Amino acid sequence: MTALTLQAPAPEQTVAPAVRLEGVTKRFGAVLALDGIDLDVQPGEFVCLVGASGCGKSTLLNLVSRLDKPSTGTVEVAGRATLMFQEAALFPWLSALDNVAMPMRLAGVERSTRESAALDLLDAVQLREFASKRPHELSGGMRQRVALARTLGTAAPVLLMDEPFGALDAMTRDLLHDELESIWATRGLTVIFVTHNVREAVRLGDRVVLLSSRPGRVVEEWRVDAPRPRRIEDPAVSALSGRILTALRAEVARHGR
Amino acid sequence: MAVDTTTGTSTGTASRASEVHAQLRGLDSLDAADGAPRGRRLWEAAWPKLAAAGLALLAWQGVVWSGWKPSYLLPGPGPVLAELGRQGTTPEFWTAIGITMTRGLVGFAISAVVGLALGVVVAKSRVLRSAIGSMITGLQTMPSIAWFPLAILLFQLSEQAILFVILIGAVPSIANGVITGVDYVPGLLVRAGRNLGARGLALYRHVVLPAALPSITSGLKQGWAFAWRSLLAGELLVAIANRPSLGVFLTQSRELQDTTYMIALMITILVIGIAVDAVFAAVDRGIRARRGVATR
Repeated sequence: MTALTLQAPAPEQTVAPAVRLEGVTKRFGAVLALDGIDLDVQPGEFVCLVGASGCGKSTLLNLVSRLDKPSTGTVEVAGRATLMFQEAALFPWLSALDNVAMPMRLAGVERSTRESAALDLLDAVQLREFASKRPHELSGGMRQRVALARTLGTAAPVLLMDEPFGALDAMTRDLLHDELESIWATRGLTVIFVTHNVREAVRLGDRVVLLSSRPGRVVEEWRVDAPRPRRIEDPAVSALSGRILTALRAEVARHGR
Repeated sequence: MAVDTTTGTSTGTASRASEVHAQLRGLDSLDAADGAPRGRRLWEAAWPKLAAAGLALLAWQGVVWSGWKPSYLLPGPGPVLAELGRQGTTPEFWTAIGITMTRGLVGFAISAVVGLALGVVVAKSRVLRSAIGSMITGLQTMPSIAWFPLAILLFQLSEQAILFVILIGAVPSIANGVITGVDYVPGLLVRAGRNLGARGLALYRHVVLPAALPSITSGLKQGWAFAWRSLLAGELLVAIANRPSLGVFLTQSRELQDTTYMIALMITILVIGIAVDAVFAAVDRGIRARRGVATR
C-alpha cells in the first residue's frame, strides 16, 4: 500500500460537532421508532449507520434534515443538511443539467451562474457529456450520480445518504464508493450514510454505528482505522465487517426470542 | 505515513482515480440509451385513420343504397362532399367557422385561466377542497345545455349567454385535472423538492405543477371537449342577428330540410373536433416523450 492520501483529518473533540443529537426520541403513534439517541458527528467525518430493518435509520435522517421533528430531545446541525434517497428522485421533466441546477435556482442564483456551476458539479461526477440527457435516458448508477451532484448543488456542508447505492449492481456500487470518497475528501463534507450493508459501511466510514431495532438505540460503535482509499475486499475491511456482522446478528436474534 | 489532505494528489490516488473514471466512462457508454428512430411514424399513425374513415363512408353509402330512406332525406357521401366543396368556396361559410371558432377559443382560454387557478387553490387548501371539491365534480356531470334557460334569462340572446355556458362546462373539468394531478404527484418528488429548498409557492411552481402536467393536460383536453359541446348547443339555441355561425347554419338547414347541407356542416364540426384533439394529443405525446413514458 502506498501512502494514504484521502485520510480525513482526525476529528478533534474540541471542535463543535457538525451534527449533534441529544436524547432524541421519535414516536409514531404507539410505535417508538427512536429511543434516546445520543450521537455527535464531527465536521468532515464520515459516519455510517447500520442496523436491521426497523431500526429507525431513515427516521433519524429525516430528523437531521428537518423534514421531520423529534418527539423529545434536540437535533443540532451546523449549517444545512441535505438528504439523498435510495431512488435518485430526479425531476423527470428536466435534463440532468437542470436537475443539478434546481437547488441553485430555488436559492435565486441567476441562470448563467447556476448553469456553469451545475456543469462543474456534473463534471465532478464524470457526467458532463450527459448534461442534456433526461433522467429516463440514464442508467440507475448515472441517475444516482446526478442526484449526488444535485445534492452538492445545495452547498450544504452535511450530506445525509439513505442507502443511496442499495439498488445498484455491485460493480457500479464499487465505483461509486470511490467517487463518493473522493468528493467527500476534496469538499470536506460531513457525511451520515445509512446502509444495511456492513461491508459498505466499513469501506466508506470513519466510524460505524450499530443501531438496534424497535426501538432504535445506539448499540455499539467502531472506529475504522484501515487506511484510505480502501477496497471493499481489503482484509482489514473484511475483518472489521465480520465483527460488526456478529454484533448485528446478535441484535437481530434478540428479536427472535 | 504521508498524509496529504490539501491537494489530494499522489501517484497512488491519481492512478486509482483515473482508473475509476475510465471504468465509469465505460459503464456509462454501455448504459446510455439510444434514441428511438422516427421516420415512418407519420404514415404508420395515418393509415389506420384513413382506412377507418374510408370504411365509415362505405357503410354510409351502403345504408343509402339499401333504400332505407329516400335520398332527399339521407343523401350519400358523394353529394354531401360535393356540397362541402361548394360551401368551402363561399365567404359566409368561413365567416361562420371563424365566429364559432373564436367563441370556442376565447371561451376555452378564459376557462383555462379560471380552471387552473381554481384547481390550484382547491388542491392546496384542505378547507376549500372539502367545501367545493365534490361540487366541482358534481358540476361536471351536469349537462351544460340545462344551464341555457337560465343563461338566456340572465344574459338574453347574447355572446355572454354562450360564454357563460362554455365556462360552466369547461372550468370544472380543467380544475379537476389540476386537483387529480396534484393528488398523484409522487411523494418522493415532493420530499426531494423540499429537501432542495423548495417551500410554499416555489414548491408548486418548480415541483408539484410540473409533475402534475400530464393530468393537467388531460383536464384541458376534456375541458375543450365540454366547451365545444356547450358552444354548439348554445349556437343552436342562441341565434344572434348578423352573427352567422355553424350552429345557426345547422338550425337553418333543418328549417329548410336541406339534409345535404346539414350533414356537410356536421362533417365540418366533426373535423374541427378531430383537428383540435390532434393538437392536444401531440402536446400530450411531447410531454410523455420528454419524461420517457412509453407511448404507442
